[in-house]
Amino acid sequence: MAEHEEHTSHSQGFYIAIGIGLLIGTATTVGAAFVNLGPFNPVVALLIATIKATVVVLFFMHVKGASEKLTGAIVVSGFFFLAILLSLSLADYLTRSWR
Amino acid sequence: MEHEAHNPALLHHFADAQQQKNAASLGMWLFLVTEIMFFGGMFCAYLVYRLAHFNAFAAASQQLSIAMGAFNTAVLIISSVTVVLAVKAAELGKRKVLVGYLAVTVLLGMTFLVVKGFEYREKFERHHVPGPTFKFTDTFDDNGKQIPVNPREAELFFSLYFVMTGMHALHMIIGCGLFSVLAVLAWKGHYSPGYFTPIENAGLYWHLVDIIWIYLFPLLYLISRHS
Repeated sequence: MAEHEEHTSHSQGFYIAIGIGLLIGTATTVGAAFVNLGPFNPVVALLIATIKATVVVLFFMHVKGASEKLTGAIVVSGFFFLAILLSLSLADYLTRSWR
Repeated sequence: MEHEAHNPALLHHFADAQQQKNAASLGMWLFLVTEIMFFGGMFCAYLVYRLAHFNAFAAASQQLSIAMGAFNTAVLIISSVTVVLAVKAAELGKRKVLVGYLAVTVLLGMTFLVVKGFEYREKFERHHVPGPTFKFTDTFDDNGKQIPVNPREAELFFSLYFVMTGMHALHMIIGCGLFSVLAVLAWKGHYSPGYFTPIENAGLYWHLVDIIWIYLFPLLYLISRHS
């Protein structure tokens, strides 16, 4: 049993480095909010948030390198259904200007 | 079937500890997916109303404190690091280090809630809490031109603000409770390198709550500073 037991965790230094990276991402997103990018302010903010969330899912929640591949499928399906919820709702509300 | 001295935490319907762990992790992820959809509905409502009442939402969003929001984001990220280090300590069987990291996580979670409490107090003082005493006199700044906004629409922003951050705070309170119980159990020696699934799954929950805040912070505080 022990030989095929997988250790998905990384070293303590790796986790601290990821944490520092996330803090730098937070500082960047706060800084970007004070720069006038016009319609791209929300785009930049959400892009940075998505990068941070992806890093947390992959490295803190150990989806990258998980021994159970089904976990990855569940995670992707969760975000896929969220994307359906958001895209179909906005496809409706964004195209109502003719009223 | 011979009965070797096996892990006492291994249930009999699993082939081995790894399979049991994978099943628990999969079940936890299914729960987290329902959480994503739960918060997703609120995010969707926020986006739809922000599109419909853009000026009022921008003016209301500018009343939030970026400093407190950014501080809380940093606190949550650091708490996610302490959680992942707690899981690591559990995997290595370091009982006292594990209890230490769990305790620090609870303290960081409570720090977040205290800061949130100060933010809420400020909302009460400025009559930004939806209800009969709600007042909103700030204007939307359109390249130097001040456009008055409908207070009812600003009230909608603050309703969504309180529901979303309130639901998130409730999850934080539950997380702090979870980790407090786990810290006591870890102190009593309930977990070993062969069995620490509750620590791992509570960690997954905490990271998800962190991710929700990673999206709440820019959406509520940051994206309407310029328009």
